[in-house]
Amino acid sequence: MNWLANTLTSSIGKKLLMALTGICFCTFLSVHLAGNLTLLSGSTMFNSYAAHLHSLGVLLKVAEWGMLLLAAIHILTGLTLFYQNWRARPQSYELKKRAGGRTLGSATMPYTGILLLAFVIMHLLNFHFVDKSQTTIYAIVAAAFAKPIYVVLYVAAMIVAAIHVSHGFWSAFQTIGANHPKYMPLIKIISLAFALAVGFGFGILPIYISMGA
Amino acid sequence: MSKHINLTLKVWRQKNQKEKGHFETISAPDISTEMSFLEMLDVVNEKLTLAGKEPIAFDHDCREGICGMCGAVVNGRPHGALKGTTLCQLHMRHFNDGDTIAIEPFRAMAFKIIKDLTVDRSAFDKIIQAGGYISVNAGGAQDANALPVPQDKAELAMDAAQCIGCGACVAACPNAAAMLFVSAKVSQFALLPQGRPEAARRAIAMVREMDRQGFGNCTNEAECEAECPKQISITNIARLNREFFKASFGSAVK
Ligand code: FES
Repeated sequence: MNWLANTLTSSIGKKLLMALTGICFCTFLSVHLAGNLTLLSGSTMFNSYAAHLHSLGVLLKVAEWGMLLLAAIHILTGLTLFYQNWRARPQSYELKKRAGGRTLGSATMPYTGILLLAFVIMHLLNFHFVDKSQTTIYAIVAAAFAKPIYVVLYVAAMIVAAIHVSHGFWSAFQTIGANHPKYMPLIKIISLAFALAVGFGFGILPIYISMGA
Repeated sequence: MSKHINLTLKVWRQKNQKEKGHFETISAPDISTEMSFLEMLDVVNEKLTLAGKEPIAFDHDCREGICGMCGAVVNGRPHGALKGTTLCQLHMRHFNDGDTIAIEPFRAMAFKIIKDLTVDRSAFDKIIQAGGYISVNAGGAQDANALPVPQDKAELAMDAAQCIGCGACVAACPNAAAMLFVSAKVSQFALLPQGRPEAARRAIAMVREMDRQGFGNCTNEAECEAECPKQISITNIARLNREFFKASFGSAVK
């Protein structure tokens, strides 16, 4: 199994780990967004979505632990890449201009990533690790977004998430080697569309709830 | 019609690898716009030498854009801002009278500064030695069409083979990664039947050597492709990734 360790710890191997876990998170985001959009149909719909989700029982637990593992890989590998890439140029340029390849997303990947980690921790504390025995999940959400500070924080976090996936999505395909003259233009469009869907889809919910509540 | 312009250079001066470098302001008056960038430096160096000062050390060889020896970061851009050109093919007509030009060496941990603008790019040689070749038994020349190669594959291989190994990709990369270089060297063989027998060993050996030399990790910034004087495409990087995965997960090479 030495070969596997050698492969995964190589520069391309680390990128593969980032790409595969990243694609998993994109899938998760799609499912999460679809679920959350039930908020737009009111409390009954959202509470019943949550009830259905929790009726998965042990499957949900498996998914949660799986996500935690994926997150650990994505975060640790990402931080390693960040450190190694910083070290690869000990003396930076006095004057360096961009040539047009870099985008807002690509230039800020490690920073948006770290911000998202902070957000996810806050998010779990807000809605996951709370006592749900006496109340409904909708009530918890509505109570949170009655505070303007949470609306601002959540909307800001979704902008950060949109920037992160705008690069991450197409980059994952490039990394796994799926750069094809016929499909790459489409992948880049989907990448942008997905970023916008994440930004707007999740972003409008706190605003909607704070206004409706 | 030749024109003459006056320039101010801000050149990185560094005695050796150990010493801390600094920018020096040097005036370059009366420069013909027909000169190449390196000829301009020659003129400046002649003046410096006559004045008893140390000339600016810079790399160069063919001066016709094919050897890959020249290169510096000019006004923040490797090989200057002109697309698809090496520094030796950048002409002074692209500058204006009164311009100040900043000139810095390529910077990366794997490229140590030797002096001023000259950098040690032997890390690239090490990568080539690790697998950037094919093994053939010498003998009589084969019939021209004994090995059929589709035209489009031949073109792609030629595009990759255009890489002159100048290091601008590393210089341009925010991570100082050498992926564009390695991907071009792997692709030129991977696309042709002559390169297939050793493809798995080559991909693994070259990537490992690249990592060992201390280059950064590619994060698909695509700055390399924008700065490459031979306009090598990052589709080669995707091909390198495919070759590496095929070799790592699908071949017996360890
Ligand atoms: S000196 Fe040979 S490419 Fe510039």
